[in-house]
Amino acid sequence: MQLIRAEKLVKTYRAGEVDVPAVKGVDFSIDAKSFVAFVGPSGSGKSTLLNMIGCLDHPTSGRLSVLDTDVGGLNRRAAAEFRGLHIGFVFQEFNLIPVLTVYENIEYPLIMVQDWPAQKRRKQIMRLLESVDMLEQAHKRPDQISGGQKQRVAVARALATDPQLVLADEPTANLDHDTAYRIIELMKRMRDELGTTFVFSTHDPKIMGEAEIIFTLDDGRLHSSPGKAEVVHA
Amino acid sequence: MLNVLKIALRNLARFGRRTLLTSTLITLGIVSVLLFVAIAGSFKAMMIGQFTDAVLGHIEVHRKGYVASIDTLPLNLNMQPAMVARVEQALAKLEAVEAYSTRVKLGAMFSNFTETTSIRVNGVDPGKEVATTPLLPGRIVEGSKQGPVLKRGEILIPLLLARGMKVKVGDTIVLVATNRDGSVNGKTFTVRAVLESVSGPSGRDGYIHIEDARDLLRMKDAEVSEIAIRLKDPAQLDRVYAQLSKTLTGFAGKSGNAAMAGKGGGAGLEVHTWADLSPFASIARMIDLLTLFIKIMLVSIVLVSIMNVMVMAVYERIREIGTISAIGTPPRKILSLFLAEGLLLGAGGTALGTVIALALIYALNVWKITFDFGQQHGLVLTPTIRAADVAIIAVMVVIVALLASLQPAWKASRMDPVTALGHV
Repeated sequence: MQLIRAEKLVKTYRAGEVDVPAVKGVDFSIDAKSFVAFVGPSGSGKSTLLNMIGCLDHPTSGRLSVLDTDVGGLNRRAAAEFRGLHIGFVFQEFNLIPVLTVYENIEYPLIMVQDWPAQKRRKQIMRLLESVDMLEQAHKRPDQISGGQKQRVAVARALATDPQLVLADEPTANLDHDTAYRIIELMKRMRDELGTTFVFSTHDPKIMGEAEIIFTLDDGRLHSSPGKAEVVHA
Repeated sequence: MLNVLKIALRNLARFGRRTLLTSTLITLGIVSVLLFVAIAGSFKAMMIGQFTDAVLGHIEVHRKGYVASIDTLPLNLNMQPAMVARVEQALAKLEAVEAYSTRVKLGAMFSNFTETTSIRVNGVDPGKEVATTPLLPGRIVEGSKQGPVLKRGEILIPLLLARGMKVKVGDTIVLVATNRDGSVNGKTFTVRAVLESVSGPSGRDGYIHIEDARDLLRMKDAEVSEIAIRLKDPAQLDRVYAQLSKTLTGFAGKSGNAAMAGKGGGAGLEVHTWADLSPFASIARMIDLLTLFIKIMLVSIVLVSIMNVMVMAVYERIREIGTISAIGTPPRKILSLFLAEGLLLGAGGTALGTVIALALIYALNVWKITFDFGQQHGLVLTPTIRAADVAIIAVMVVIVALLASLQPAWKASRMDPVTALGHV
């Protein structure tokens, strides 16, 4: 089952009087429950592509379908609702809310986005805390835990609302190699346990090898990764 | 909503110093305004009380045209007995009226057998006068304050006159007056007491018994120059004034018209509140205006403070706004989050300011601060504030706090998540 499908996808930014193409007509599709990486150097268009898949940005032209929804046509409110219902996000700099504890950070989307009842919330949060091995730190604030722990909390937060898709933009860029590896392993394990599709971007060659499917971007264009037998649809 | 408030509260705590500074500013503003309103209100009420309780009463009824000529105390504009009876009947039906006093006012020559000067005299029924202007006995500075304030053959004279004419309590003086027909009559009086003067109209008048006044003026009928009325509750002034004006216009129906009724007139009668008769009314209005101005200043302070804080809060948390927006928080919830922060700032500052202000008002009442006003000395300041005033000011500040947060909150809710997430 195809979860994401892009056809002739183009994104061009306007910088003053100049058009700056970020994504230059890419076609790809991603199946449900995949563990996919977009790789490429800085400025290759990875983040732009993830932003469009995550309904944070609109394509300039082309068609982008996520969960059979043409997300390019969603307005601000509909896009927010779509994200809240179907997509989780993991950021490079963790982006946890500093005034909330680990527990409350995971709880945040369940309150502010989906309004889950308290008992159901608690059950879900405890399950996720256990999955990411953060039960002991549940009542600590983000500034009281390490970078790796923060990213584990961020993964748990991204999975809190049971999304079908988690997008992670350079989730390991701020972590040392071992920690980065453990985060990728955690994400893969969560995919296995929950069946959630993970799509992440990275420029770290050691990490990209953990992906099951790799799309290589270069100057806004998509190339297949030569080292991966599972590379598809590019 | 409770969760939004909880997160808003934590955000305020997170920027503790700034929150404290802004709350302090709002608190100080609230304290200043409530104290000012209480003290100015107390000062105003006290001054009004001095006029109404010592001389004027709350409302006065005269024959039409009398007030316009009041400087000459025209005897030909006295109310005739039938007219007085009608007014008394009307007053009897008004529950809000506590007492009233019929007065005969006249201008006379005052002689101590050596020198002569002019004096304005009120002929009054002592019992009714004291019931209507209860501060009258308190104005006695020489002579006994005990017993009846006035008997027939006695006179209360103002302090300045007593000093100028070198007259003491117990001395005999002569009043000489010209009646309506132009004939002159004289009558001796014993000085019963000397009165402290009061600022404003009739504040330096003497007092004699109303029957003595009629004898002196050789009145055949029980004429009255004015009827002073005291209300049980001064706050009912406007209502009673309107009711009395309407009633007296009704009595006069034949000659009364709408315009006259609007001025409290009719049936050849005029109805005036103390404010119409005393120049202090304009000072009272100035106090009200000053209070309004101070309130506007407070609102401005709150508006600028909250706007400043909320604009900074949005600017400093752009990445955070990007994050919560990216994970699907609806724009309306982002809006409500920042509005809640402004609301809590406003409500917190207001609550604290109100508590401090009420405590200070209580302390001022305990300390009994005195001041002088005109020739009145040692007046005790008794600041009070109505619950309605506190509520209005508090609600006003909270609403302004919300309004001030609206623009920054709106900006936050409309922020593009990609731009926000990329903000450094």
